[in-house]
Amino acid sequence: MAYQGPPVLELRNICKEYFGNQVLTDVSLSLHKGEILGLVGENGAGKSTLMNILFGMDVIQRTGGYSGEMLIEGKLVKYQSSFDAIADGIGMVHQEFSLLPDFSATENILLNREPHKRSFASEVFGERLDLLDRKSMVEKARIAISKLGVSIDSAMIVGSMPVGHKQFTEIARELSKDSIRILVLDEPTAVLTEQEASILLEAIKNLAAEGIAIIFISHRLQEVIDVCDTVVVMRDGKVVRTESSKDLTIAQIARWMVGREVTQHADRRQFDYDNTPTVLSIRNLWVDMPGETVRDVSLDIHKGEILGIGGLAGQGKLGVPNGAMGLFPAGGTIIFEGKRLPLNQPRAFLDAGMAFVSEDRRGVGLLLDESLDWNISFAAMQVNNKYLKRYLNGLLMWRDEKEIQKVALEYINALEIKCTSYKQKAKELSGGNQQKICLAKAFALSPRLLFVSEPTRGIDIGAKSLVLQALRDYNEKSGTTIVMISSELEELRAICDRIAIVADGRITGILPSDSPSEDFGLLMVAGQPMSMEEHA
Amino acid sequence: MNNLRQFIRSFGWPRIIIGLFLLSLFIIAPFVGVKVSTSLSDTIVRFGMNGVMVLAMVPMIHSGCGLNFGLPLGIIAGLLGGTLAIEYNFVGPVSFLMAIVFSTPFAILFGFGYSKLLNKVKGSEMMIATYVGFSSVAFMCIMWLLLPYKHPTMVWGYAGTGLRTTISTEGYYLHVLTNFLQFKIGKTFMFPTGMILFFALMALLMWAFLHTKRGTAMTAVGSNPVFARASGINIDKVRTLSVILSTWLGAVGILMYQQSFGFIQLYMGPFYMALPAVSAILIGGASVNKASILNVVVGTFLFQGILTMTPSVMNSMIHTDMSEVIRIIVSNGMILYALTRKSEVTR
Repeated sequence: MAYQGPPVLELRNICKEYFGNQVLTDVSLSLHKGEILGLVGENGAGKSTLMNILFGMDVIQRTGGYSGEMLIEGKLVKYQSSFDAIADGIGMVHQEFSLLPDFSATENILLNREPHKRSFASEVFGERLDLLDRKSMVEKARIAISKLGVSIDSAMIVGSMPVGHKQFTEIARELSKDSIRILVLDEPTAVLTEQEASILLEAIKNLAAEGIAIIFISHRLQEVIDVCDTVVVMRDGKVVRTESSKDLTIAQIARWMVGREVTQHADRRQFDYDNTPTVLSIRNLWVDMPGETVRDVSLDIHKGEILGIGGLAGQGKLGVPNGAMGLFPAGGTIIFEGKRLPLNQPRAFLDAGMAFVSEDRRGVGLLLDESLDWNISFAAMQVNNKYLKRYLNGLLMWRDEKEIQKVALEYINALEIKCTSYKQKAKELSGGNQQKICLAKAFALSPRLLFVSEPTRGIDIGAKSLVLQALRDYNEKSGTTIVMISSELEELRAICDRIAIVADGRITGILPSDSPSEDFGLLMVAGQPMSMEEHA
Repeated sequence: MNNLRQFIRSFGWPRIIIGLFLLSLFIIAPFVGVKVSTSLSDTIVRFGMNGVMVLAMVPMIHSGCGLNFGLPLGIIAGLLGGTLAIEYNFVGPVSFLMAIVFSTPFAILFGFGYSKLLNKVKGSEMMIATYVGFSSVAFMCIMWLLLPYKHPTMVWGYAGTGLRTTISTEGYYLHVLTNFLQFKIGKTFMFPTGMILFFALMALLMWAFLHTKRGTAMTAVGSNPVFARASGINIDKVRTLSVILSTWLGAVGILMYQQSFGFIQLYMGPFYMALPAVSAILIGGASVNKASILNVVVGTFLFQGILTMTPSVMNSMIHTDMSEVIRIIVSNGMILYALTRKSEVTR
């Protein structure tokens, strides 16, 4: 499609780093009037950061700003706050709703931009005492909603609306701004039913036809292909592909998203599945973990392997270990070493000889206010009665400080944990070192099976490879079976023997880790409607 | 210099300032005609009287149940133990022992019920605890009248039923600990060795408990309950144990108080006992979920020291008998200060 005039939005060589972590590198893109641009990429590819820069969010300023240029209709801009962005006609609909639940749709849509009318009090005291012009408010809201092509009762309280209507209300709020030129929709269809989604997509097309430029972020690739004019694929903070959506297939996009053609890992090993027994078998597991619901997972894990569980965020991969451990309500059957494991009891899980390194380091993984030696030894002390001196026939179990310090020092050295001493508080360590403390805690339990959830989340590249190496070494030295859950496919492929992909709370497939990335990409988006020829 | 700075940081400015203020009171005292030796002796006695009740804060703080504003519940268990010991005519040191023995089942029972309640209101324990304390006092106001006590030293003379508001412990356990191994220096300085030893014993037991496997679990539950749960700890059980311990220490604490003070105070007596104990441990440097035995010792000494010294020194300075008014102002002022000091933890 040919567009006339200068682009509404142009980004040139945007770079951004968080604490020395490069999250955006040389991102350039342009957006024209009436264009719908689909922005896709794995979690952590840099989409959200890019949108934060566009919208002038203060998190960007607080972390040292960005480099590169941003032009709105050919004019160079640098936003100090979101207010500047709003004034320039940029509207953003976030993934999480930012609506006042106790207000009606009208009030939400026009909040702080309500039409006024003069009253006696405002004649005397000035316009801050103007009355709201309810009638024209309702009218304005109605117009905004009708642009979307849906029927929502504008007097309805937002809190009592179905999710879909909330999403529409939020978009209507952006549309009611007269100056709106660019609309950013961050996964608007994620919470919608299929029917609602198709209404929304139709509405988006109508808006574009009226001349609004739209950036559409979604994990549902079919939607992106259907509705967008241009597709921009991001990976690791870079724009890897900018293509017209014509003739694109889901498979192509998935491959670009997941990226790097199989870099052969030197230490890839051949795991002998035929001659190793199953150590853990999961049957029909469901887990009620908010945001990571597991619906029906069945899985056999072999003794001594490293199994990866991957998938996009919110699809349920994190629910698997959390449910198995009993941190969230779960049901189904888990058989470990031939014995059935009672569910919903963390103690039974630990006593059986398993351990879990949580993805929530600060919340679940650490005693932030306690020293490192406590953090490392605590679980093993409570579960395995390690590091205790016994008196009176074991009636009195006394903390053995010497043993605790010994084991702490051992792991600090072995995992190269950077700290001033084992008495340092866990909250004072950096993310990578905190993660190593969590690993040390799990290793100290000497588990026969270890679940590790997002072991490299939020830590820098150097620490990442150390953590992964530590896991691989532990697996090889002690023969511990490891189940690693991660949203970064590359990291799973680096150390795992097999990788299972979870989508929509179910396992969509298990592949050897040297399978082409395209296949993994397809499994991640499986369960989404696909046209026939793509399956072929 | 560096050592000094480190010491100040670990000890904390509030304690240094309060300590210096207390020291200055001791320095001024002789000039306005207050005997330092008597004052010091008084301070030590009050320290011993209140120490165990402050110690009763520790288990609940460690398990994350917050400050034990429900201390009156423990005190009531102690009152029941004390009155039962007298009812069954135990005299002398044995009566003190029996008072503890009698109060133990009550403390366990009350503590158990109290903990069931607190486990249901995680996150707002302190507000609930305050009202548990208040309402249990009100309930016992009825019970003190109705319970079938018969002993003539305790019941109302004219009616023959219902307990009096104050009951003397003389002849029972008055000064059994204070007088044990007591020694005097000069005419006016008396050191209540037995009482301090008993406090030391209780503190030692508490310290020892916190070094056991269960004690360690308790600290972890207070520090991060989710972590503890993920390490296989049954949080509710640990909290229950801590509440029972706190309640029992409250019971023993009030018996300590009575043996020195000389009277059992029933009815509204326990009503305001929680706040001074809470303040003392906060002034000692404890936070809402971290407390050590050192916090208890330092806090109780500073709080009781100020409370003893300020009224007597001020009184002598302005030559009017206002000691009670000043005592109320100072103690409530300290409570107010201490409550603003409570620090939250990192999550």
